[in-house]
Amino acid sequence: MSAVTDTARASSGGRRPLADRTSATPDQLGHWLRQMLLIREFEVRTMQAYQDKKIGGFCHIYIGQEAVAVGCTAAVRPEDPIVTAYRDHGHALARGMAPKYCMAEMFGRIGGCAKGKGGSMHMFDKPNNLFGGHGIVGAQTPLGTGLGFATKYIDEVIEGGSNRHVTLCFLGDGALNQGAFYEAMNLAGLFDIPVIFVVENNGYSMGTSIDRGTTMANRIIAKGEGCGIAGHELEGMDVIDVYEGMKAIADGCRAESRPAMVDIRTYRFKGHSMSDPRKYRTREEEEHWETDDPITRLRDAMIEGGMIDEDGFKALNREIKGEVRESIKWAEASPEPDLSELYTDVYVERFGPYLGTSMPQIVTDAEENR
Amino acid sequence: MSDRVIEFREALREAMSQEMRRDEKVFLLGEEVAQYDGAYKVSRGMLEEFGPRRIIDTPISESGFAGMAIGAAMMGLRPIVEFMSWSFSLVAADPILNNAPKMLYMSGGQFGCPIVFRGNDGAGGQLGSTHSWCVEGMFSNVPGLKMAIPAFPDDAKGLLASAIRDDDPVFFLESERLLAMKGHVPEGDHYVPFGKALVRKPGTDVTIISFGRPVHFCLEAAEELEKEGISCEVIDGRTIRPLDLDTIVASVKKTNSCVVVDQSWSFGSPGSEVAAQVHAACFDDLDNHVMRVHSADVPTPYASNLEQEYLPNARRIAEAVRSALYVA
Ligand SMILES: Cc1ncc(C[n+]2csc(CCOP(=O)(O)OP(=O)(O)O)c2C)c(N)n1
Ligand SMILES: [Mg+2]
Repeated sequence: MSAVTDTARASSGGRRPLADRTSATPDQLGHWLRQMLLIREFEVRTMQAYQDKKIGGFCHIYIGQEAVAVGCTAAVRPEDPIVTAYRDHGHALARGMAPKYCMAEMFGRIGGCAKGKGGSMHMFDKPNNLFGGHGIVGAQTPLGTGLGFATKYIDEVIEGGSNRHVTLCFLGDGALNQGAFYEAMNLAGLFDIPVIFVVENNGYSMGTSIDRGTTMANRIIAKGEGCGIAGHELEGMDVIDVYEGMKAIADGCRAESRPAMVDIRTYRFKGHSMSDPRKYRTREEEEHWETDDPITRLRDAMIEGGMIDEDGFKALNREIKGEVRESIKWAEASPEPDLSELYTDVYVERFGPYLGTSMPQIVTDAEENR
Repeated sequence: MSDRVIEFREALREAMSQEMRRDEKVFLLGEEVAQYDGAYKVSRGMLEEFGPRRIIDTPISESGFAGMAIGAAMMGLRPIVEFMSWSFSLVAADPILNNAPKMLYMSGGQFGCPIVFRGNDGAGGQLGSTHSWCVEGMFSNVPGLKMAIPAFPDDAKGLLASAIRDDDPVFFLESERLLAMKGHVPEGDHYVPFGKALVRKPGTDVTIISFGRPVHFCLEAAEELEKEGISCEVIDGRTIRPLDLDTIVASVKKTNSCVVVDQSWSFGSPGSEVAAQVHAACFDDLDNHVMRVHSADVPTPYASNLEQEYLPNARRIAEAVRSALYVA
């Protein structure tokens, strides 16, 4: 059994009627169900495409953790920055990236969110305030502090008002052990930066269970407390719990301009990446968590609350399958980047190949239009 | 030559295991090296043989465990530090660059640092720009360290065994793209000395020098060029620090033409160092200036077609050779 305990689950309000558990409207709940289904279906098709060698490199699947990205994103505003690690498809979709741009990125096509230059681990979406997708474990944590620093600076110094933003910085339980994370937390605590470190605690970093990799594995928020950062623990398999918990935390951080750390207990249903035989955990453990599917939970609650029926759910599912199928078609139809793209986006000014001159050769518009 | 054929990764494992049996001071640490058998299965079975005190799983704390190993080396132990990828060693830049290679000098010869850092290096697996570093470009700049970069399984074993026995810090660069490659590898003790390049293919018209995986691109290009009547001598450098200039110079004096192929970026690289040295040593022998083929001077792209173009591939090598020989 992983060190992710059952206590959080036991305390979950999964059995209480919906109206007592959340102020979310039926429309909101329906939106979350839709988003989670979209992420699930997107990831299923991503795995297929990977097996068909249409996607290369490392690819990390988000199935099982959908309630975290969806619930957290819902708890903040679209203008609040988000940054995450390499298991990032779910965050991109929850933030509103069209699935076709996400899929085309993994196909290495020009229509991808980063023209095919970033790949699965590096999803960036400026219009939706998603600041990456970062492949190096922990790398995004000082960046998260920096995003929060900037919103606070803009709100308070440039605009002369009070802080209006909060940043979500997601990280895995394995990233707790990177030195950069400690420095990021200390700075956030020291400078009163409105950033929330959301630990997606799925119990494992690759094949290492959390208790084999970190101290205080059963109470990781102690690490934040050492930096004066308030800690919270949430159950991550129910989107309503995530939303309600995160909403209160985010509102508090925004109002007080303070950081927070949240330990969200979740589980990745698939392997670490596409090439992981998962020998480090038992099938019983996997089944135990799989029966706690976040999509089933919300669907059942909504059926019980009379907000959707079986047929409605099936129709929604069909619609989403179609949408994802379309995204694959679109990605396949998108051309490979032109080889000249190798040399764009290196500097703000456009340069060509390095030829040993003191400045790289500038590619003229005429050449580019050829 | 040994009859036995094993994989590159098995050759690495054999070097580590043999040295660990020989010397109790040697131990291995890194992410997933023990219970998971290594992220790339290089250390498979080693936990079973040597136990958890000597095959040590670490958290994702490169700066911490690299520094910890350096401290242990100062005490006389001989750690092997596995970076899952050299790309991840960048978060440990301070200990591996500021401590290990300078310890002996800073302490006036009192504290050496007999340590091996090893892991995957290089692009080619569509891993994008954070995961595709060719650290030989940056790290070979630092005095006090040695750097080995095998291209074949027998060298993987022989160079790693030598690295573990070396009293100075060795940066050992493997390629994930080569780990499954099979080759003849001697069974018992096998040590390949540092600073001894190898002529992989003799030839008469041009000398091509490379290090690590691109040696294979060079051999591929040489085969193509052979069909055009161009005879290439391909040299596998095997170690970058020390650099075997003698073998290179002897070859260039024979062929009068030289192409350097280096998978790191061109600016301030092993390739530029070789070119400078060859120009100095062979000034009167060269029919053309030394040509260099590097990875493109951009962050590594993810898209497959861009990445293939980015690499110092056989096509680009052949073009450089023709250009060096004034063949249109
Ligand atoms: C600095 C660094 N070291 C190692 C890796 C290789 N690596 C990628 S993901 C990973 C495990 C991370 O686990 P966790 O933070 O719990 O996130 P999860 O995969 O569970 O989402 C490792 C070791 C890396 N990308 N960066
Ligand atoms: Mg994890």
